[in-house]
Amino acid sequence: MKMQYLSVLLLMSLLPVANLQASQADHVTATHAWIRLLPANLPASGYVMLQNMGTSTAVLVSAHSTTYASVMLHESTTGSGGMSSMNAVGKLAIPAQGKAELAPAGYHLMLEHASHMIKAGDTVGITLDFADGSQLPVQFLVRPANAADPN
Amino acid sequence: MKCSRLLRLVILSFAVAASALLAACNKDAQQPWQLTDISGHMPDLAFRLTDDHGQTVTAADYRGKITLLYFGYTHCPDVCPLTLAHLHVVMQRLGKLADHVRILFVTVDPARDTPAVLHDYVNAFDPRAVGLTGAPADIEALTKRYRAAFTREPGKSDDSYDVSHSSGIYIFDASGKARLLATPADGQDKLTHDLQLLLSSGGAP
Repeated sequence: MKMQYLSVLLLMSLLPVANLQASQADHVTATHAWIRLLPANLPASGYVMLQNMGTSTAVLVSAHSTTYASVMLHESTTGSGGMSSMNAVGKLAIPAQGKAELAPAGYHLMLEHASHMIKAGDTVGITLDFADGSQLPVQFLVRPANAADPN
Repeated sequence: MKCSRLLRLVILSFAVAASALLAACNKDAQQPWQLTDISGHMPDLAFRLTDDHGQTVTAADYRGKITLLYFGYTHCPDVCPLTLAHLHVVMQRLGKLADHVRILFVTVDPARDTPAVLHDYVNAFDPRAVGLTGAPADIEALTKRYRAAFTREPGKSDDSYDVSHSSGIYIFDASGKARLLATPADGQDKLTHDLQLLLSSGGAP
């Protein structure tokens, strides 16, 4: 009896600590993850919707994959005069209780140097790396080049 | 006023005959286009380049077709594929009429985009897309002709670099006259609407 009471107390005292130590990746869910596949081993791009259920900002800093030798966080922008350009991005913040979208014509993962032939319908694992060192593995669905944005 | 009501009726029932009336009622008619009308503001389509089969082609080879001119490059994984995927959906929505339309994808990266690379690339999007490459000077001349621009950004290495480029889609009628300008932000509805109108108003044979 007393023992049980004690262990509950002990658990309760541990909970906040566990919470404090929960990583950024633990609070982020990834949905609508897909890759637009291009022919002839040309660079492809990966898109995903990230939602942060936590009470503090999660910061995506990079991503890596066993399938692609190079995975970079990029952003496409269209400036005044309609010039479209692409830039590497060092980090992407996902606000607490908020979301960040990697979607066509915006943030995306630029995927290069695939280790093997990839075809539409495959799934490719890409791990998202957060600022605190935590990681979130995500399965991306490979779609054909001319796929319309499913979102 | 009388004229525009008549015009609406004619477009609804005799879409094919609309072009003659459009000319007659031009003063009162509401602007029919949903995209930007560039008629008279841009020169006719003219170029001499190499297509994705390795053949030398000129603008004259596409007379009789409505052409959608877009500048891009195949190592562009985000915006160019998005634009071409949108154009593919528009072509699908045009149905059989799409046979009278060609997407001309002109590379601004001729160093990497050989006819073979372009062939695989454009065909991954639409069978009516044509990849065009050529001498850097010829490509630059074509971009300048339409006040489009591109810049090669400093890259990590000789074969890894990005190219910033104009994102407009220039639409020419079957006689090679510049007619409309679309941006990637213009939805598929606008493009489909205007292409149907252009096709029905004598834009195609």
